Amino acid sequence: MSTNRALEGVGTWLDDRLHGARGVRVLLRKVFPDHWTFLLGEIALYSFIILLLTGTFLTLFFEPSMSKVIYHGSYTNLDGVSMSRAYASTLNISFDVRGGLLMRQIHHWAADLFMAAIMAHMIRIFFTGAYRKPREVNWLIGIILFTLGLLEGLFGYSLPDDLLSGAGLRILEGVLQSIPIVGTYLAFFLFGGPFPGNDIVPRMYMLHILLIPGLILALVTAHLFIMVFQKHTQMPGKGRTNTNVVGQPMYPYFMAKTGAFFFFTFGILALAGAFAQINPVWLYGPYNPVAMAAGSQPDFYMGMLEGALRVFPAWQWVVFGHTFAFNVFIPALLPLGALFTGAAFWPFIEQWVTGDRLEHHVNDRPRNAPTRTAIGIAVITFYGVLWAEGANDILAEHFDISLYLTTEIARIAWIVGPVIAYIVTKRICLGLQLKDVHLLEHGVETGIIRQLPSGEFIEETRPVDEESRAVLESRPHYESLPRGAGADPEVPAPGMRGAIGKARERLYNVITESVPLPASGHANGHGNGHAIEGNGHSVEDNGHGEQAPAAVPSGSGQSGDAPDDERPDQP
Amino acid sequence: MSWITARRRHPAAGYAILLLGLLLVGAVYAAVVGGGTAASAAPPTAANQAQVTAGRTVFLQDCTTCHGFAAQGTGAAPSLIGVGSAAVDFQVSTGRMPLKESDAEAGRKPPQLNTAQTHAVAAYIASLGGGPAIPSAAEVNTSGANVGVGQKLFVTNCAQCHNFVGAGGALTYGKYAPPLTKSTSTQMYEAMLTGPEAMPVFNDTTITPDQKRDVIAYVTTTRVQANPGGFSLGRIGPVTEGLVAFLGLLLFMVLAALWITAKHGKTSHE
Amino acid sequence: MADLAAAGEPGQGAGRPDGPQAPHRVIGTPAPAASRTMLAGEPEVAAAPRELPADPEDMDSARRAERVVAACFIIAMLAGLGFIAAYVIFQVHTVNNTLHSNLALGVTMAVTFIAMGVGATIWVRRLMPDVELTEERHPLASTPENKAAFAETFEEGAEASQFVKRPLIRRTLIAATVPVALAPIVLLRDLGPLPEKSLDHTVWKKGTRLVVYGTNRPLTPADFSSPGGSLSVIPEGFADNDDALAKAATTLIKFRPGELQAPTVMNWTVDGIVAYSKICTHLGCPAALYEQTTHHILCPCHQSTFDAARGAQVLFGPATRPLPQLPLTTNAQGFLVAQSDYHEPVGPSFWERS
Repeated sequence: MSTNRALEGVGTWLDDRLHGARGVRVLLRKVFPDHWTFLLGEIALYSFIILLLTGTFLTLFFEPSMSKVIYHGSYTNLDGVSMSRAYASTLNISFDVRGGLLMRQIHHWAADLFMAAIMAHMIRIFFTGAYRKPREVNWLIGIILFTLGLLEGLFGYSLPDDLLSGAGLRILEGVLQSIPIVGTYLAFFLFGGPFPGNDIVPRMYMLHILLIPGLILALVTAHLFIMVFQKHTQMPGKGRTNTNVVGQPMYPYFMAKTGAFFFFTFGILALAGAFAQINPVWLYGPYNPVAMAAGSQPDFYMGMLEGALRVFPAWQWVVFGHTFAFNVFIPALLPLGALFTGAAFWPFIEQWVTGDRLEHHVNDRPRNAPTRTAIGIAVITFYGVLWAEGANDILAEHFDISLYLTTEIARIAWIVGPVIAYIVTKRICLGLQLKDVHLLEHGVETGIIRQLPSGEFIEETRPVDEESRAVLESRPHYESLPRGAGADPEVPAPGMRGAIGKARERLYNVITESVPLPASGHANGHGNGHAIEGNGHSVEDNGHGEQAPAAVPSGSGQSGDAPDDERPDQP
Repeated sequence: MSWITARRRHPAAGYAILLLGLLLVGAVYAAVVGGGTAASAAPPTAANQAQVTAGRTVFLQDCTTCHGFAAQGTGAAPSLIGVGSAAVDFQVSTGRMPLKESDAEAGRKPPQLNTAQTHAVAAYIASLGGGPAIPSAAEVNTSGANVGVGQKLFVTNCAQCHNFVGAGGALTYGKYAPPLTKSTSTQMYEAMLTGPEAMPVFNDTTITPDQKRDVIAYVTTTRVQANPGGFSLGRIGPVTEGLVAFLGLLLFMVLAALWITAKHGKTSHE
Repeated sequence: MADLAAAGEPGQGAGRPDGPQAPHRVIGTPAPAASRTMLAGEPEVAAAPRELPADPEDMDSARRAERVVAACFIIAMLAGLGFIAAYVIFQVHTVNNTLHSNLALGVTMAVTFIAMGVGATIWVRRLMPDVELTEERHPLASTPENKAAFAETFEEGAEASQFVKRPLIRRTLIAATVPVALAPIVLLRDLGPLPEKSLDHTVWKKGTRLVVYGTNRPLTPADFSSPGGSLSVIPEGFADNDDALAKAATTLIKFRPGELQAPTVMNWTVDGIVAYSKICTHLGCPAALYEQTTHHILCPCHQSTFDAARGAQVLFGPATRPLPQLPLTTNAQGFLVAQSDYHEPVGPSFWERS
């Protein structure tokens, strides 16, 4: 009981100064919906925290200096070898500091997991449409975090100044140098002169431990704050509407679960640090600009850039005494740049095409947005082809494929792959929708076979249960496109005029293509795969509470008949 | 058995079967595809006429089809005049020769000729036109070698084909620089000296015998060196690390997430 | 009560049908727990009913779960102590010792954390009641009254500051801040020297001897006489100068008579020995993977391939320029030396390169 009194005392002391009781209570009761995909972002968050912790340890021992020193430490294979202090201190951490190698490995594995988790999380957000209003800002913050993570990782693994990462820096310098007009200046300013110079490691160090982590920390805080304030999205289901959140409160349930997840993250990273060797810089040797090794790759999150550089043909243009090195700055800047720019613009493009200005708090099932899902898979395929090309010499050696053939395949696959992926994915989504519609219309097979008096055997079916029905029937709601105003239906509405208007209409038809839900009022419940234009859907039960003409049972006890943005604000 | 059938419609049943199938295939593959054994190469005694004659017999049996009766070479194989006993010892003791099948490159295999036969045919070829000799035991003795110098030379002249520690690498048109895990010191010395197939030649006046020993010392000490960080993941760098990050770490986290968010304590239906 | 009991009892959740199962449930989809939609008494927060296990059967399984959780935490504690012990016991300073230390520290740390994670998870799943709350969302847009009030306050302030009414203040304020905003960019000027002509030259000069990298031995043509030989060489005296080596590294290759052809400059070769820049013209990696049978130089970074017998012309890959050739000759002592610097800039292309 004295614990209670003590807590009370502390609480009161704080509350007297910070006025927290009501606000903190709201926070403690905040409801978090439960789905395993909602934890992907947490993997990134906890990896980041672990990066901060292990990174701090490493800064106690690492020397960010490129001055040369003759090594006489514990790794005898390199005894007497001249190397930079950065490299020597890394060897020192690995072999002369207890726990040093473990911290180094956990740090590097955490970086890999951080980036992998961001990718998984971003993909989840995309495929469930969780980037839609009101979460566009968070989506943009996420893309910035992804970019910062790339840079942070690049600078981080280049700090030990070993042969592998040094080659990567050489490539970075070559890329900068190739940029028209300003390239050589950028390269000389970054490296403090010609490559390699003496400045790059200390400069990367500052970026890696101060500037970029600061930015990431600030943006992650904003990212989380917005998420908590707007409340998390939820998966479709019974009782889950666009105006509520169903789940478990933060205290103690979600706290415990997320705490457990943090321990799992730290645990698996420690396990990896114990059992899986990563970045063995002592095997690579110190950087020297005359040496190179086969099978040199950057860390996996830079793999797509590496692949782009390998796949691009030898195009350049020399005119009036100046070189446009297309073979370098196009693959270095265009594919990834286009990807991030496209991703950043995507919520707004989708909004423009579909005219959708509503808030969305219920996630889409990917199959219910076939075009979006197909585009996403196509983009992933594009990324994946270039990523695989980045490892083409390793693949060539281990799978006995001719080296040049891998590049030639990639040169075709980068465009053919995404096209095929789009077509196949779209068909799969529509097929899955057909299956859902079939379930709704015909019910679930029970496995009970009955013989009719006529001798025929039938299998009994029963209607889908309510919870599954709620999930199966959840569909994104698409507003119809604006029609002509006034008496003359021939005059297109503003926003639908001209070539852009026609393009918008066509895109609308493509993006909203879906197998329609079954309902009375339609002669054929079996979709022909196309939504009827301008009609939206005859049945929607995703939380707007509108009742369909056919009394498809919706979730019980729904409140609110008005669409979201007109919902009255009253207790 | 009924335990299995009772769970045949379990949501994870399909994954379990797939996993089982993969494990089965992997086990069969691993059992069937064996590794070769390293060829031992004791340094030869001074060539004598008996050895040369014996070597000629072996040569006529196994090599003339491609290399010609006088080892002058044909369209199928190069001339062996002047390649020296070192080259022959290398090719034969690594099992590359006699060539079993024509491919982009002759790869290491279990050697077909025993040591005596190998030295005999090497002596015979040497008798035809001279060339670099098989190094003696003293010449490949790496005690006292400077591994640091060896590292520097290796990483500058060898790693671009063979990778940082000699794990191998891809060349053009299906050729490859083989891993050095099974190469003996003698074989490495001979390879540097004679430049087999696509490998360039590093004769004794460019990389001196001392320096060759440094390089060999680097390779031999590194390849037996423990991996303090755990499993080496092939020592080929970030590609395998990335695989582990996705298929190990991220997968584990996803499984943990599935467990944490699954409903129902006792009989979880995930 | 039955409803609550059904919800609280592990096993059959409320509303789940008996018999043959419903359509294959997506992994992780929330299963049907009875949803408790609370009437909106307080708009923000819904009260949760207190629901701890009451049945003896539940108490038993709860106690068992408690013991499992406790066991996990005890394991974690022991592993944590093990970590500290491992730190004290296992020394480093050799590769094998580091292996053992790393393994011990890593495993104990992993066991600690994973045990805590397992314990916490079982605690939540088995001991905490199976509660599902509904919280109402607010419209995110502010009420018209609030928006109007905000607009009013904002306009009042704008009026008071007369920012709009007095263009002179406004414009001079902007003019005042522009240079200060540019100052951080200006301050970056001294990050590095201007490139000027430094990319056009290397340290090779007339008479500079070629030495083997790593051993610093000079070479005569007789030393490098084996056809098919390939070697990395650097200018004498610059073995410790990485900046110089990053451009001056050179590959020496020995050909048989007649193998070298145009556009290799024969005047720059000695006895079939030709020297090319080792710095790849794509992005600057040392390109020295030499295949003596095909006489291809392959750069391992992005697979640019050069024909060493024909002036290092590009055969494949993203490189656009051949490797520059270093003019060779021999000096009075017979050692291989450079005739001059490369006749064109080495390394990756850049804007000013013609």
